[in-house]
Amino acid sequence: MNDLNSTVDVDIEIERGDFTLNAKFESDGGLTALFGRSGTGKTSIVECLAGLLRPKSGRISISGDVLFDAAQGINIAPEKRRVGYVFQDARLFPHLNVRNNLEYGMKLVPVDDRRHSLSDVTEMLGIEGLLDRHPSNLSGGETQRVAIGRALLASPRLLLMDEPLAALDMDRKAGIMPFIERLRDHVGIPIVYVSHAVEEVIRLADTMVVLANGKTLANGDVEDIMSRLDLRPHTGRFEAGAVIHVWVSGHDEDNMLSELGFGAGLIWVPKLEFPRGTPMRLRIRARDVSLGTSKPQGSATLNNFKGNVVEIEHVAPGVSPHVDVLVNIGAPIIARITRRALAELDLKPGKEVYVSVKTSAIDRQSLGLGRRR
Amino acid sequence: MSDLEIEALKLSLQVALAAVGFSLPIAILVAWVLARKTFPGKSFLDGFVHLPLILPPVVVGYVLLVGLGRNGIVGSFLFDTFGLTFAFTWKGAAVAAAVMAFPLMVRAIRLSLESVDQGLEQAARTLGANPLRVFATVTLPLASPGILTGAILGFARSLGEFGATITFVSNIPGETRTLPIALYTLTQIPGGEAGAFRLVVISVIVAFAALLVSEMMARRLKSRLGG
Repeated sequence: MNDLNSTVDVDIEIERGDFTLNAKFESDGGLTALFGRSGTGKTSIVECLAGLLRPKSGRISISGDVLFDAAQGINIAPEKRRVGYVFQDARLFPHLNVRNNLEYGMKLVPVDDRRHSLSDVTEMLGIEGLLDRHPSNLSGGETQRVAIGRALLASPRLLLMDEPLAALDMDRKAGIMPFIERLRDHVGIPIVYVSHAVEEVIRLADTMVVLANGKTLANGDVEDIMSRLDLRPHTGRFEAGAVIHVWVSGHDEDNMLSELGFGAGLIWVPKLEFPRGTPMRLRIRARDVSLGTSKPQGSATLNNFKGNVVEIEHVAPGVSPHVDVLVNIGAPIIARITRRALAELDLKPGKEVYVSVKTSAIDRQSLGLGRRR
Repeated sequence: MSDLEIEALKLSLQVALAAVGFSLPIAILVAWVLARKTFPGKSFLDGFVHLPLILPPVVVGYVLLVGLGRNGIVGSFLFDTFGLTFAFTWKGAAVAAAVMAFPLMVRAIRLSLESVDQGLEQAARTLGANPLRVFATVTLPLASPGILTGAILGFARSLGEFGATITFVSNIPGETRTLPIALYTLTQIPGGEAGAFRLVVISVIVAFAALLVSEMMARRLKSRLGG
């Protein structure tokens, strides 16, 4: 059932109307997020991977198996690629019930080549009770889970997910994320996940590809990409912040807090329902981090760290009253301060600073289950 | 009903069923080509398919007679190779009915094919279905209400076919004298009014029955499509 070794290599140029897009990235398993604003052509890229759209030039391969190669004139038909696709609008067949939708692709795979059983998949996605229902009688969240199951049962080598949560409200989104995490951690096929929501990427993705202005700007681990200040205009200001690897190191039941450990210290967050030792990924939004040059006295903030300024964001005067500052506290953390404070504190790379993070700023949306690598 | 009426009714149903049965698959294929493909000469094909709708039926019947008659180009070939004769037989009546009904069927089916979400067809491809399977398992079932409408329209048009039929296969009792032709014959002889009236009543009943059956089938299809 494990296919973690399969790698995806993409280097294509897509032409659509007056717009061209160069996409170049690779994924060696896990969940890779294609991240960028609406209209950057993320969907076009996954359509090329599925074979529904023909790139103008370039090459796509899975574990060395060529799906598309413009130079050699190779373009494998979608039905022969074994690439699963979860569409934004689910696209369940309206004339079939849930069971027949789920079995549509499964039945086209020879019995010996099937990797997942109907019962395993329906259990993992919590859709056992829906089998006799009709797609028109499903909620948005149920529809997407059935769509995921249907794609998975066709035993794909790669799973594409095109903003599967975009049409859902906040509660439903939160309801589906654990299923996608389970998929990522237990099914073991590489997933390419399209998103324009940074909190989804942080929670779900191992690696990310940042797309803007028709180009692939960066491609790498989510932690590395999110701590790059030069990508800040593209990773978004409001939700942006550093991402660090942590693990659950203890719980304070009385005060309803949990303690997360990382390389150089501990962070207190509101109580989590995960056992000790659970690896997690924590995003700390820049706007929730404050900075000072002296040790905070009598502060209500539990999370105080000492570190050194690494880099200060370049923002042209007159654009924003704020600048983001990257500080190394044993892990990268980004603080957002005003330009005036920057001048008054006379911050320079290398300068020693104290950093505090508000406990209440960290909610479930900021935490993803990390992978043990 | 008199023997003559039963004969005319049976013949009409036989002709109409044969006409729809044989032309429906071709109508689906042509409708699909018109709905989904772009190619040079597409508007010519579209126009050609619609010709029977705008031409006088007598013209269509005459063209069939010339083309499919024993001495016609196509007719002589069919007779020599398959021993098939269309002129002045009930099969010819079915051909005439099919040709006249064809544009109506294509129009209804094309509309329903165009309304099938191509995103669903793409989804089926990514699940491993080749284009033919996609057509059979996704496109056809989703277009089935329109196909049913097309078939009923074609059936009704075939039942009422007169001009092309009488021109091509004439008025032979028991062979090509369908309900409308029998009715026409009765109106041409003195004292035929009572018989003609009976045929009118039979025609109305048959038309109503066809309509009811199609409504029932449409409702069943709709509920199967998850309405």
